[in-house]
Amino acid sequence: MDWTASLQGLIGGVLIGLSATWLMATLGRIAGISGIIGTLLTARPQGDSTWRLAFVLGLISGPVVLMLLGGSLGNVAGNGVDVTGEVIGEPAGGVALMLVAGLLVGLGTGLGSGCTSGHGVCGLARLSVRSMVATLTFLVVAIVTVFVVRHMIGGGA
Amino acid sequence: MKRETIKTIMGYIAGLIFGLGLAISGMTDPARVLGFLDLAGAWDPTLMFVLGAAVVTNFIGYRLVLRRPHPLFAERFQLPTRQDIDGRLIGGAALFGIGWGLSGYCPGPAFASIAGLTGPLVAMLVAMVAGWFLARAIPARG
Repeated sequence: MDWTASLQGLIGGVLIGLSATWLMATLGRIAGISGIIGTLLTARPQGDSTWRLAFVLGLISGPVVLMLLGGSLGNVAGNGVDVTGEVIGEPAGGVALMLVAGLLVGLGTGLGSGCTSGHGVCGLARLSVRSMVATLTFLVVAIVTVFVVRHMIGGGA
Repeated sequence: MKRETIKTIMGYIAGLIFGLGLAISGMTDPARVLGFLDLAGAWDPTLMFVLGAAVVTNFIGYRLVLRRPHPLFAERFQLPTRQDIDGRLIGGAALFGIGWGLSGYCPGPAFASIAGLTGPLVAMLVAMVAGWFLARAIPARG
């Protein structure tokens, strides 16, 4: 087992948890990425678009800060995108696959009211039954999907 | 300082820490995410450590924060109140699971990876936003 990768996972996970706690402590909001960005982009502005936009800019600048520090703090397992060194990995497929995947991720997190952060990091921490059901569902379905793609069809992601 | 400015700064800091966490943990690499989801392959446990550490940290954090009467810079805590398990929740989560398994991207890492923009990532992001619009167009009952 790659202990360095696991340790970085733990450290990064603690940071993600602290971010969610911070957002609740200061603004009283759930740190759900699909909710924050989805509302920002698809809902009529209601006066609190500013913190959402700032959150997204922060989210994007996190990896940039790591790149500026030299990139060695990144944790990619595959190939990194050229300019980003070890910080941001290459997509696992081409444009056509990503169009399908993106539509499913958007539609699914929209209908299901959350993603890995909202249901996973925040919902599980609140012991929400809805979030536990959602998290278990998308984890199991994703595992089955990867099994089908990699071990039954072959190739692809 | 105006309250709106403070809220903006707090939002930025939250996003920055979140983005740093995703990058340090390697979640900005779809290969790592797919390695975790591929139980029958060379299994990569990293995502388990990330999610576990995030949930435990936030569980403790929420315990400390939510006993206060209100957030520091807002009037009230805005927590989800729904408790029902319906088809929209489970069906949505299942569709999301398929997309996540195909790409290795969930919304956070996909947007956090914009600094390493590639054609496929653009396609992922555009389609994701289209999916959010589509979800809003589907009425809650019916």
